Amino acid sequence: MAQQLQFTAFSRLLHWTMAIMVLTMLFIGIGMVASLSNYHWLISIHKPLGILILILVAIRLVNRLLNPAPPLPQGMPAWQRFAAHGSHVVLYALLFALPLVGWAMLSAARYPIVLYGSLELPPILPHDVALYALLRTTHTVLALLLFATFIAHFGAALMHALIYRDGVFQSMASWSRAWVNSPALPK
Amino acid sequence: MKQGARAVPDDPNSSTPYRLQSLVNKGALTRLVIIGAAVLIVVGCFAFVGGWLSPHRLTQARMIDRFEQIDGVWPGFRRNHAKGACIAGNFDSNGEGVRLSKAAVFQRGRVPVIGRFSLAGGQPYVADGPAAVRAMGLSFRPPNTEEWRTAMIDIPVFIVKDPEGFYDQLLATKPDPVTGKPDPAKMKDFLARHPETGRALQIVQAKPFSSGFANASYNGLDAFRFVDAAGAATPVRWSMVAAEPFEPETPAQSAAQDKNYLFDAVIARIKRAPVEWHVVVTIGQPGDPTDDATIPWPSNRQQVDVGTLTINHIEGEAPGNCRDVNFDPLVLPSGIDPSDDPLLSARSAAYSTSFTRRAGEKKEPSAVQVPDGGKGA
Repeated sequence: MAQQLQFTAFSRLLHWTMAIMVLTMLFIGIGMVASLSNYHWLISIHKPLGILILILVAIRLVNRLLNPAPPLPQGMPAWQRFAAHGSHVVLYALLFALPLVGWAMLSAARYPIVLYGSLELPPILPHDVALYALLRTTHTVLALLLFATFIAHFGAALMHALIYRDGVFQSMASWSRAWVNSPALPK
Repeated sequence: MKQGARAVPDDPNSSTPYRLQSLVNKGALTRLVIIGAAVLIVVGCFAFVGGWLSPHRLTQARMIDRFEQIDGVWPGFRRNHAKGACIAGNFDSNGEGVRLSKAAVFQRGRVPVIGRFSLAGGQPYVADGPAAVRAMGLSFRPPNTEEWRTAMIDIPVFIVKDPEGFYDQLLATKPDPVTGKPDPAKMKDFLARHPETGRALQIVQAKPFSSGFANASYNGLDAFRFVDAAGAATPVRWSMVAAEPFEPETPAQSAAQDKNYLFDAVIARIKRAPVEWHVVVTIGQPGDPTDDATIPWPSNRQQVDVGTLTINHIEGEAPGNCRDVNFDPLVLPSGIDPSDDPLLSARSAAYSTSFTRRAGEKKEPSAVQVPDGGKGA
């Protein structure tokens, strides 16, 4: 039986779609709170995009449980394995937490949660401005943590692609299987 | 089995790419530098977008810092329009707005409204005064559908056209600590750089302030777009036009000992009987500026009275009432869209920062109290 080398096509599609969305989201988020004239159109994208990410991460978690990731290379040191698994748990947790905290904080502030046109989400918390303040700070802290985790993930991906060349990067990045027999891979 | 096996060594003693030695060769070092540069570029872009690399960019935080610089920090209070009281009532729509906007609030019928009277400025305990700009914030809350919030003031045009002008104007009109009045030289310099403010001030100063909140008319100033059911957009500005006859403020009013004379008068007035305003929508014609709130539209523009606002309740700021609402001018129902006025996004952003700051602060009692409940007749 052939051992799985690559993430499934659906997993890769989800990963790269969400990668673009999450990175866009992080830049929109940090940009809109530092802007006056661009604030409104940015936040009008931020809210529906956040909810879309929440939906996709839920699909992705189910997909991950149904289609587990290919095993890490056997020679990989324990600390790197721990970092890889740990950072993925953190990424999944933050991708759930950030939209939920955003939704909750808008609810506590009694802001309408407008997705598009007259499509609105119901509040998930009662009107409570002290709670809003706490959640608003939480949203920023978690967003910065997500950016830091993304940077670690990005750096590690490049290490696998350019230094270790152990197939880990290609397991998500490659659309062909030619790399499996690449002479660059350690034999 | 062999064909699909991952192409890495099973034997940990054989050469592995994870050893430190595998990094110490010229090719690997070059690639490490490339990785480091890629990471730094992404972090740098993030820092740039977040404003950390541009300390002079006018952000929403710096706008609110400027208010705090001028008026001081009053924890728990709005950074502008700090002094206020909460109101409530109804909007009785006559259905005339439906042909202009598909917003549910304009369908014939009654919509509950909450709101807030306030004075411009960041000091919550300031004495009411003859030159204090009066303001009305409203939140129209049709059941089970979208809310409409608006924050209006009782001057006919706004005095700046963009956020940068507003930021500079705050400093230019800061009272000198010695004289208690703005430095005329700074104001002169500001007006030289902002001729639109000079023109707007002439319009504002030509009109006396009303004797109270109840007989003042409140103008949205910024233009918006009403969108009808067919998708057609109309540029509009709106006003709450007092049903009460206008009377100018008299010197005797502010000579009184009561620091809250404007608020106390409107509290007494609402307790006596509900107060009404006509909700008037002015329709812009092609060429009327929608991106400059300092310029009035010609006085012959068509005005549509879309219904009556009735305020029958007033109370002091308290948890859960208007105190905890951000009258963000861009909380709009489908059927009302922002115009290209740059003040709108800036106001939404700055109000949001003011709201976030005060939300997390310990609350002090507001200056305006309504001891025995404010229910009107």
